[in-house]
Amino acid sequence: MLSPADIAAPPTARPAAGRSAFCRAAGLSLAALARLLSGASVRWIASQPDTCQRVYFANHTSHLDALVIWSSLPQTVREVTRPVAAKDYWSRGIVRRWLAQEVFDAILIDRTDIKVHQSPVDLMLREAGATHSLIVFPEGSRSVTGEVGEFKSGLYYLAKKRPEIELIPVHIDNLNRVLPRGEFLPVPLLSCISFGPPLWLERGEAKLDFLARARRAVLALKE
Amino acid sequence: MNDPRTIALITGVLALLTAATGVGQFLKRHPDRGLDPAAVRTFNSRLRGWWILCTVLAAAFWLGTTATVVLFGLVSFWALREFITLTPTRKGDHRALFWVFFLFTPLHYVLVGMNRYDIFSVFLPVYATLFVLTRVAVAGDYKRFLERTAKIQAGLVVCVYCLSFAPALLQVPIPAAATGRSGNFRLLFFLILLVQFADCMQYVWSRMLGRRLVAAAVSSNRTWEGLLGSATSTALLAAVLWWAAPPFQPWQAALAGLIVAVMGFAGGMTMSAIKRDRGVKDYGTLVVGHGGVLDRIDSMCFAAPVFYHITLLVTGAKP
Repeated sequence: MLSPADIAAPPTARPAAGRSAFCRAAGLSLAALARLLSGASVRWIASQPDTCQRVYFANHTSHLDALVIWSSLPQTVREVTRPVAAKDYWSRGIVRRWLAQEVFDAILIDRTDIKVHQSPVDLMLREAGATHSLIVFPEGSRSVTGEVGEFKSGLYYLAKKRPEIELIPVHIDNLNRVLPRGEFLPVPLLSCISFGPPLWLERGEAKLDFLARARRAVLALKE
Repeated sequence: MNDPRTIALITGVLALLTAATGVGQFLKRHPDRGLDPAAVRTFNSRLRGWWILCTVLAAAFWLGTTATVVLFGLVSFWALREFITLTPTRKGDHRALFWVFFLFTPLHYVLVGMNRYDIFSVFLPVYATLFVLTRVAVAGDYKRFLERTAKIQAGLVVCVYCLSFAPALLQVPIPAAATGRSGNFRLLFFLILLVQFADCMQYVWSRMLGRRLVAAAVSSNRTWEGLLGSATSTALLAAVLWWAAPPFQPWQAALAGLIVAVMGFAGGMTMSAIKRDRGVKDYGTLVVGHGGVLDRIDSMCFAAPVFYHITLLVTGAKP
């Protein structure tokens, strides 16, 4: 349910205009570099880019996933879209921290220390406020085999607390070969990012049914 | 570039392209001529491709040898991307692939640019092979070892090594009778023209007279009639245009045209076989609705090294 507290909480995301010109330029060039390096062809299947509030949920295969999805969005959409990323990876080292905070404006989730009254879902919704879209990876961590794993329940709670947000399935193909788990040098193969039609949590839909449906929506984009 | 033969060649190609574009647009506006609209669309998209090709080539030629070598290097890089994307690789190949893309491919083109035929002719076939074999072995994954290394090697040879013989033509010393630098550019342009023409003729003859497919399982539109027609017409065109390609006598040009057409056919068949095996129609989606870079250069990759060595034979030059 949408409680007043969720909206009243001041979003910590800075408006794009407030960010320094350098960070914006870095964002633009990084997006261009990511597109070039991943050779991503972007497909919108029965779906259109829009700045309305959305949650993009994708299969997770590589560290580049969030960056590539983010950079395959049109710039106006990119400015209101914040990737949700793991704190243990993205706050390590100066460069990563700077990228996460200043360039992508990422919401960092502490995977090792999840508290009951400070759940990641609450944090995400508070940070998203009433205007920002999110990029999430419901599998929780990168798959090793390249298969899409089972979805964790976070997506369900997101949908339950803010049922009006559009949930956009995203399928990432081939990016696990560009930068597999455990590698740090990319191989510039061609990948493909597919955005699908929005879905919502149906009234009274059970958690497992919804998660299975969401997972199928991602898999359906594979073709 | 102000050599009369260069000007004649450029004017001729521009006139041909303009005329073809006019016909293509006319056919598009009048769909009731009993022609297959799909064929008209293919024709028009091909034409668009040629305009782009000619513009980019003209810019590269104008900027000089280095720019042309860099241009072909980028095309190779992209084609190799498409090739490796399509071939399944395993995680154990990752590091080897990294060096293949970021060290071997650029370095090979640097050697081509420096005209070090003695090194670049063995660099990829020998040294890259040795490296790839070793690196994949050291990575510790022995599953289908030979198959995996062979795929990387095939990609390197076809997309990078073979294609690089096209810009290498710019460095072949041509006897003084021909005109300096623009003579070499005309030679390269001659090759590109013949390859494109052979592709086109292959399609036309196959559609008009095609009866016997060469290998139905591999390609449904490559026929023996198409091959024969394309080889004959390309040889004819080459003989007619012999004046544009400095070191050739008419009969030598005709022979070169014939061989280019046959090699182009070989390239197309090979790439079709790979595509069939992987179950795809085109190599990439650089421009939506068009094939990939590799679909466009497959014939060129196979024809370039042969044409290069024919040129060496004819001029008797040591590279």
